[in-house]
Amino acid sequence: MTNTTSLSKNAALAPEADRPFDRKGLVQMALLGLLLLLPVAAYFLGHIYYVNLASRITIIAMAAVGLNLAIGYGGMVSFGHAAYFGLGGYVAGISAYHAFDMTPFMTWPFSVPGSDNLLVIWLAAMLLCGLLALVIGAISLRTTGVYFIMITLAFAQMIYYFANSWPTYGGEDGLPIYIRNTLPLFNNNMLDSSDALTYFLICFTGLVLAMAITSRMMKSRFGAALTMARLNDVRLATAGISPYPIRLVAFVISAAITGLAGALYADLNGFVSPTMLSWHFSGELMVIVILGGVGRLYGPLAGAVLFVMMETFLGGVTQYWQLFLGLVLLGVVLFAKHGVMGWLAGRERNE
Amino acid sequence: MSVTLLIEQLLNGVQLGTMLFLMASGLTLVFGVMGLINLAHGSFYMVGAYATAAVTASTGSFLIGLAAGMTAAALVGALVELLVIRRLYHRPHLDQVLATFALILIFSEGTRWIFGSSPLWLSPPSWLTGFVTLPGDTRYPIYRLMLIGVGIAISIALYLLISRTRLGMRIRAGESDREMIGALGVNISKLYTLVFALGAALAGLAGALVGALQSVQVGMGEPVLILAFVVIVIGGIGSIKGALLGALLVGIVDTLGRVYLPIFFQAFMPPSEATGVGSALAAMLIYILMAVILAFKPKGLFSAHD
Amino acid sequence: MKMISRFGLGLLLSSSLVTTAHADDVKIGMITTLSGGGSHLGVDVRDGFMLALEQSGRDDVEVLIQDDARRPDLARTLANEFMQRDEVDILTGIIWSNLAMAVVPSVVRQGTFYLSPNAGPSDLAGRMCHENYFNVAYQNDNLHGAMGAYMREEGYERPIIMAPNYPAGTDALAGFKHLYEGEVVGELYTQMGQTDYAAEIAQIRDSDADSLFFFLPGGMGISFMKQWESSGVDMPIFGAAFSFDEILIKAVGSAAIGARNTSLWAYDLENEANDRFVEGFREAYDRTPTLYAAQGYDTANLILSALETAHPDDKDAFREALRAADFDSVRGEFRFGPNQHPIQDIYVREVVEGDDGEPTNRLIGVAIEDIQDVYYEQCQM
Repeated sequence: MTNTTSLSKNAALAPEADRPFDRKGLVQMALLGLLLLLPVAAYFLGHIYYVNLASRITIIAMAAVGLNLAIGYGGMVSFGHAAYFGLGGYVAGISAYHAFDMTPFMTWPFSVPGSDNLLVIWLAAMLLCGLLALVIGAISLRTTGVYFIMITLAFAQMIYYFANSWPTYGGEDGLPIYIRNTLPLFNNNMLDSSDALTYFLICFTGLVLAMAITSRMMKSRFGAALTMARLNDVRLATAGISPYPIRLVAFVISAAITGLAGALYADLNGFVSPTMLSWHFSGELMVIVILGGVGRLYGPLAGAVLFVMMETFLGGVTQYWQLFLGLVLLGVVLFAKHGVMGWLAGRERNE
Repeated sequence: MSVTLLIEQLLNGVQLGTMLFLMASGLTLVFGVMGLINLAHGSFYMVGAYATAAVTASTGSFLIGLAAGMTAAALVGALVELLVIRRLYHRPHLDQVLATFALILIFSEGTRWIFGSSPLWLSPPSWLTGFVTLPGDTRYPIYRLMLIGVGIAISIALYLLISRTRLGMRIRAGESDREMIGALGVNISKLYTLVFALGAALAGLAGALVGALQSVQVGMGEPVLILAFVVIVIGGIGSIKGALLGALLVGIVDTLGRVYLPIFFQAFMPPSEATGVGSALAAMLIYILMAVILAFKPKGLFSAHD
Repeated sequence: MKMISRFGLGLLLSSSLVTTAHADDVKIGMITTLSGGGSHLGVDVRDGFMLALEQSGRDDVEVLIQDDARRPDLARTLANEFMQRDEVDILTGIIWSNLAMAVVPSVVRQGTFYLSPNAGPSDLAGRMCHENYFNVAYQNDNLHGAMGAYMREEGYERPIIMAPNYPAGTDALAGFKHLYEGEVVGELYTQMGQTDYAAEIAQIRDSDADSLFFFLPGGMGISFMKQWESSGVDMPIFGAAFSFDEILIKAVGSAAIGARNTSLWAYDLENEANDRFVEGFREAYDRTPTLYAAQGYDTANLILSALETAHPDDKDAFREALRAADFDSVRGEFRFGPNQHPIQDIYVREVVEGDDGEPTNRLIGVAIEDIQDVYYEQCQM
């Protein structure tokens, strides 16, 4: 066996030459293209409901992109990502609440006012989710296997029960956002975020950015190291790189992406509730990732489209649609491991 | 605060603990012997409760209903093992989590489809209602004492099963080295199905017993499942002794926390807020407990061989 | 590819369905709780509402009904669907105050009328009132305040009071204390959906109270009453009709006999509209209506009366028609206060054993006349 300690010589990890018009590329372009064009068409036909539906798909896809970074690329089965989604949502909700009420969120040690500025909210959401993930990850990543899964679940449950019981921000009833937060641009021009199409385009931009960042990251040396940490971390260590900080960074970034999605979700619905923090939602995110294809760049998007379509159309037919979701999921896990992207675009080179 | 309240709540805590033990023992056995995480364990809890409710309603006998509940849960467990779980033993944990999550969806919605969303009423039989007077002038419901008794009986039975019977020997061997017992001629498939069905039966029993106390409704097993996971993580995955100790610990801490933390906060907060803050902290208490225990003993209190 | 073309096809199909309704038809969206514990509240509101529509004989009113399963986020989603996809003129139906708080403020601010057939949180009566929001039932404090006044009159000096820790619960106890005008021995707050009341019963027994007033709607009331009976504590119990409606007391059984409760309506109230309602309900649904059905019935009749003079498309005219409240209520006289909440009499009923051996409510008197909520002054309308 040849000595292949140098990472760049490992064929499975070399970034492949991108051929944009092969089967995979066409599927990817079709997915993004339809996601962009159909809502625009619906808007001009006057069907706001479908524009908002597309926003919902986009946001959930973005949350799944974050989780996919942890599970698919990082091999860290986090059963508690709803914590970040919910925290992002609550940042948006609490900020709007204090802006509406005109009271500060904190007065000690320094006064933190509410804000209805989306840029501020997004920044705060990503920072706070990143911070939370740093703490949770630092503790959890010292464990492996089942313990890791259980401990991430447990932390998320902690936050869920806390949000449920803390009365100020609605507790179990949730927190409404009466007026959607606003997005100012240069020269004090305001983008009308309460317009359905504008908000959809904001979410779409967010999704594309998240996917671009993920893609860029995985093509870099960091991405190679992360993949190696997932496949064989002993081997990584022999190359002189400790897996723990690599995983932690990936975990934090994945949480920030999911948290941003949560903030967008709160403003879309005008409502935040502890349901966003529930383990059921963590499970649903995992379902979406695997339905789409674990570790595939467009997997989360494909999975989100499939999931929300089932929820909306199948859910309109029967209130027991989750039964069929369960059957589909079981089928995918047992027989079609590579998900929708695997079926549509074929296997990845290193699968 | 009165001693009566304390004794009563301690007993409630032990009762919760014994029911948690029934759930956790099945979970920890399945993980210890087969290396499998089973999220659908809460569904067996629910199946047991529904079967008991349905049979008790039609036969009028709680005992027959209980037997039916346990049997139904065991049968469902065996069926699930044969059809689904079998394919998951060598799969990564993510696949096991997702497949059993799918089972939860199927069972929950399926039950809702058959029985509707309204809770089923299941009451303890008339010979178990009423209360006994304990020292300290406390009155405690007979039914809850019975639950504690059942829990103790089952733990003794399980202990005897694991340490004194051939089946128990095979289980312990399976926990140590799965491949070896296959090589020694033990029928692994049958052993696995048996262990799985046993765990499911225990979960079903817990569901039926608690269902008579509270209510029988879809999704009743999920909060208990999460608690059971905390129990086995604290106790040590694969250890029955750990499951018992962990269950009692979690049961008592959770119950006492829920009652006394709000009271504690009422000393310096208006009642409504005190209850809110107290309950919030109480709900987080067992997870904090788990984190603290894992900080000192990362694999739980006991290892699988205890 | 198939999945994507299905998405497109679905989009095209759905868009073609929107154009078939008549412009003059009135569309009402009802979001109510039809499943889970305590679902009989939503079922009764729906049945009372639909009975009134049927009795009116009109065919130009379409009612879309969806179940919110007592979840605020689901209610929210349904409201958005009704407004954006189905373009309803009026929304109604919500039972629980926490769901109402999540849904109503944004619904009315988007220009759709909302008529509440049950939930009456104080915020919506006071600082968050809105011209598109009408409450046809009661403000949450009313029945509890009335019982407080009644208990004071009857001479109960040391009551202990209990409710779940959510807006209607805290409103209930606040309302009680406001009109009781005395000191209560203790205030207990429980969890929403709590099933085990052993701790609370122990605390009540430990206190030196002479009476218990509680508010535990739906399934929570049933669980509590059963456990109360088997605990053997001997104390008279009082509450609002929410814990003692016809269906609940039958589910509770003998444990409920002797309890007194306040209500804005009783089935043995004597007036023409009520006779027509109770008879019609018993015939159509084979059971005695609860106050929720009466509220649903009144809400529908209010809408129908307003439709005689205006169409919801003309918002100002329709609003005035609603304010006039020119309809025959099953409660007798009905009028709105300045915050579009009712001003009405509250009655006292006692749970007795009926002719068929089952518990039933019997009207025994009036607790308070022309009660008005205390929040209308905070309303800036």
